[in-house]
Amino acid sequence: MAAKLKGGKTNEKLTNWIWLGISLLCALALWTLLSVLPATARSFPNIFVVFNQIGVMIQRGVLWKDISSSLISVSAGYALGFVIALPLAILMAWYNPVRRIIQPWIQFIRNIPPLAYVPLIVIAAGVGRKPQIIVITIATCLIMCITMYQGIVNIDETLIKAARVLGAKDKDIFLRVLAPASLPFILTAVRLGASCALTTLIAAESTGAFAGLGMRIRSLNNNFETAPMLLYIIIIGIIGITVEKLIQLLERKLTGWQEKREI
Amino acid sequence: MAGEERNIKVHIENVKKTYQGRTGEVVALNGVNLDIMDNEFITVVGPSGCGKSTILNIMAGLLEPTSGRILCNGKEVHGTGPDRGVVFQQYALFPWLTVKKNVLFPLQMKGIKGQEAEDIAMKYIKMVDLEKFCDHYPKELSGGMKQRVAIARAYAANPEVLLMDEPFGALDAQTRTQLQQELLETWEKERKTCFFITHDVDEALILGQRVVIMSARPGRIKDIIDVDIPYPRDQETKMSPRFLELKNQIWSQVYHEYLEVRK
Repeated sequence: MAAKLKGGKTNEKLTNWIWLGISLLCALALWTLLSVLPATARSFPNIFVVFNQIGVMIQRGVLWKDISSSLISVSAGYALGFVIALPLAILMAWYNPVRRIIQPWIQFIRNIPPLAYVPLIVIAAGVGRKPQIIVITIATCLIMCITMYQGIVNIDETLIKAARVLGAKDKDIFLRVLAPASLPFILTAVRLGASCALTTLIAAESTGAFAGLGMRIRSLNNNFETAPMLLYIIIIGIIGITVEKLIQLLERKLTGWQEKREI
Repeated sequence: MAGEERNIKVHIENVKKTYQGRTGEVVALNGVNLDIMDNEFITVVGPSGCGKSTILNIMAGLLEPTSGRILCNGKEVHGTGPDRGVVFQQYALFPWLTVKKNVLFPLQMKGIKGQEAEDIAMKYIKMVDLEKFCDHYPKELSGGMKQRVAIARAYAANPEVLLMDEPFGALDAQTRTQLQQELLETWEKERKTCFFITHDVDEALILGQRVVIMSARPGRIKDIIDVDIPYPRDQETKMSPRFLELKNQIWSQVYHEYLEVRK
């Protein structure tokens, strides 16, 4: 039976890869169609033209600089956002007054597009790396804080009761029940935060950045250079899906014990 | 149980519990008095909302009574303690721990380590016939197996009184019957005092030496029935004239309470 199960699994994997291939081919076909149709041809140069731009952008000496600059801003802002969000979420779950004071504002600010408050941050923090990191920190911190908080308050109370009955003290309950029970929500927050960090990138780099994927797309826009723009868009997409897959791998490793997967 | 010296294990004295509902004060329990003897298996039936779980939670030390008191071994109950174990209806297994680590949990809380802890855990895992599933996570187990683990875990903590809150309520009829049988066998071996809540009259009768019938709103003890059917009991006991007679007697009282609640 075990062999059959395993066989089923490899089969399933193979089917997944085949479907992924088909999906890729469909996208390529659509892309090619868009590059031929007169209405869209200017916005969507074909795949060869676009990938040719890799060399062009390297020659201009900007590709690696843009990627590394964006990655530095994103990871710094994101890490800072996480470091702030985790204790804040725990405080909100623990002390009712903290939640009542903070939660409405998190929800209020979360719904404002970061692009709207970028000028204020530039005026306060100047141009360069600092405002970029601040913008990404704000955006990721808010979404991670809300997600973690909701996870922590929804921890099954019977588990805490059971632990207490089995002799657990407050410290044991925190370390051996609350921490592992909230891990899945923390990882979900990490995943949502990562995608939020990337989507905020364009706004963050509109703060007078000197390099960066988002900044470059805006500057290429001034000359209507659609081929490198499309290349940069695809690069952002690839970074996004790689990070998401890595976090999903981590989730499966660390929280594989979960009954059901969420979101 | 003639000739057997019987001490009072748990003394419930005039327990009252009220809580703040939306429309004012709700009296969940009022004037509950009961003595549970050493080694006794006592079952409790009553309509939902009669405060069965409330009294169990107060006995466990998870709730404080509004007035009145509970003595366990002559000592007044405040908070949870190693002398009382609880089995919950929702199993309350720690999903991030394997079967074995779940059963080890109370031992670790007591500071029992190494081979000694291992031996105790294995003894109770064997008792519930799950030694093949030691390294499985709860999500890989059926409902019946999960509840077996919860019972093993409660036994591993070695309490003097086992409080069971509708432990088989979520299981299908067949599994429930099987677990009842296993629980009876264990009880006959270990003779731990059991306080077992159920809404199933058959279950109350097949397990208990005495059946406590509770009335609703406010919850109080309406009647206590001595079950003069000798152990070992099995499924055939359920066909015996005495069983059916007692069942009728209890059922009519519970049904009456049910009608009261509906009014």
